Amino acid sequence: MKSFNFTITDELGIHARPAGLLVKLAGGYQSDISIVKDGKSANAKRIMALMSLSATKGTEITIQVEGPDEDEAAKAVEEFLKANL
Amino acid sequence: MIKCTGKSVLKGIAIGKLYVYRKKEFSLVKTRVEDVQAELKRFDQAVEEAEKQLETLYQEALTSVGESEAKIFEVHGMMLEDEGYLEDIKNMIKENCNAEYAVKEVGDNYSQMFAAMDNEYMRARSVDILDISSKVINILAGVGQDAIKSDEPVILLADDLTPSETIQMDKNKVLAFVTIHGSANSHTAILARSLNLPSLVSTDIALLDEYNGQTAIVDGFNEELIINPMDDVLSALSAKRDEWISETESLRKLIGKENVTTDGRRVNVYCNIGGVEDVDRVLEADGGGIGLFRSEFLYLGRDSAPTEDEQFESYKAVLEKMNGKKVIIRTLDIGADKKADYLGLDPEENPALGYRAIRICLNQPDIFRTQLRAIYRASAYGTASIMFPMIISVDEIKKIKEIVADVKKELADENIPMGEVELGIMIETPAAAIISDELAKEVEFFSIGTNDLTQYTLAIDRQNQKLENICDTHHSAILRLIRMTVENGHKENAWVGICGELASDTSLTKTFVDMGVDELSVSPTYVLGLRKTIREI
Repeated sequence: MKSFNFTITDELGIHARPAGLLVKLAGGYQSDISIVKDGKSANAKRIMALMSLSATKGTEITIQVEGPDEDEAAKAVEEFLKANL
Repeated sequence: MIKCTGKSVLKGIAIGKLYVYRKKEFSLVKTRVEDVQAELKRFDQAVEEAEKQLETLYQEALTSVGESEAKIFEVHGMMLEDEGYLEDIKNMIKENCNAEYAVKEVGDNYSQMFAAMDNEYMRARSVDILDISSKVINILAGVGQDAIKSDEPVILLADDLTPSETIQMDKNKVLAFVTIHGSANSHTAILARSLNLPSLVSTDIALLDEYNGQTAIVDGFNEELIINPMDDVLSALSAKRDEWISETESLRKLIGKENVTTDGRRVNVYCNIGGVEDVDRVLEADGGGIGLFRSEFLYLGRDSAPTEDEQFESYKAVLEKMNGKKVIIRTLDIGADKKADYLGLDPEENPALGYRAIRICLNQPDIFRTQLRAIYRASAYGTASIMFPMIISVDEIKKIKEIVADVKKELADENIPMGEVELGIMIETPAAAIISDELAKEVEFFSIGTNDLTQYTLAIDRQNQKLENICDTHHSAILRLIRMTVENGHKENAWVGICGELASDTSLTKTFVDMGVDELSVSPTYVLGLRKTIREI
């Protein structure tokens, strides 16, 4: 399993549009990708779960990726987060 | 003849037959289904159909109201693909529940979950979940939106309209919308404006079937709906409508044109706004920028001062929407006459001459610094300018500039990106107009606030109706002060604008242009009219 932390800098946090884009990206990998905030975990392939984390600016989230393509998936998610959130 | 009042979303007149539009209602009950597989298949097909509908709505909205308003349907589409939401519904169906009820139950649960969040943006999403759920339920139950059954265009009377309902209406059959609920900033109102339909929201009327087919007038100027008008009223308003139509047609031809006189002098026509919700109207009216963003609306009607982040969000949203066009934010302009208890302002005998605006900001710099930090942070997202209200001395500007320099240094140390920000002041006291030669050396622009300048110059309370007959807004004392301010500003290379009511007074436009006024900032409604006047000079 690959795991890394990320602090959100986007003012609105994980709002509808980036959440939708993240879901699309995560859907392209076989691995299970979860976003964990304060012990609460959300499947990155589900938009409403992601949005309901209510992860706003300054929140530290942990990303966990597990599966056959976890290396590529983790790299792609990390790049996405840096560019969009 | 019946008269009802509402809130006008567009100043215009429509005359036609009323059409009572009702949402189809049906009772949703939980029933036991035996063939779970067939029910699951039915649900999958309904979702697929809903996705197709959303795609169509998105395309329709894209052409009729533009990309920013259309995005809502794209987000709806993503929500409808949410596996968690779909699985929760399927799990209920697998327990022999009918699909309609399962969608409603799960939709309500998600909606409540969002409604309970502490983030305002997320709370607003709860309505979106209800909208997608009801779309799926309607497909399952075979309930579609009614087409307007009328051969001629109608005045549509409804309780309220959702974005999808409004977009789906056959626009050739609608003369005006009249809704009992809804706000002037709803999607329906925005759509009505972009289609140039005179419409009323929050109208004081009941949705009675007997209104169907009755002749009615939507008078957007007087914010009235008149049902079964008397002959003289009908003919008077018909004439007014024809005049309005030909006038609007000629004005709309001016969209995209320059504000330039026949001899080549250019004037910027900007808009006055109270918040991000007004920006759509500015863009619709082809305003060249925001000449006055009244930031005090962010402070009113609440229990505590808006935080730096809240203000930053508002300024950033306006700057982003204006997409590089100039946005002049006026710092807090508030006094004892405005409700903001958390500021702890004591009641005053004479609040217009009291502890207000910049006087509060310089005395309570913590409030001021929070606002300046928010504006400078937002300045990275567009072209922001700041203007300070109620200035009477050079000393005040020096104090302001010290605070501004300090705030900028603080942000630079925090590595926060900032844009170039022009600093200017309001000229709204006779003192400021008279020493405008000295003030001009300190700032990059002046904006003349004619409302306060008039009341302070003439010593006339604008709210006192007994004084209305002597309150001459064209008084030569005021015009001389304006001329003096423009001349003094230009000597020091400061540009000069007008943002009070006089800016939209077309009988003075030529006078202002001749004085050399660089910018006029008006309500979005007046932009094109003003452009017409300028182009005829």
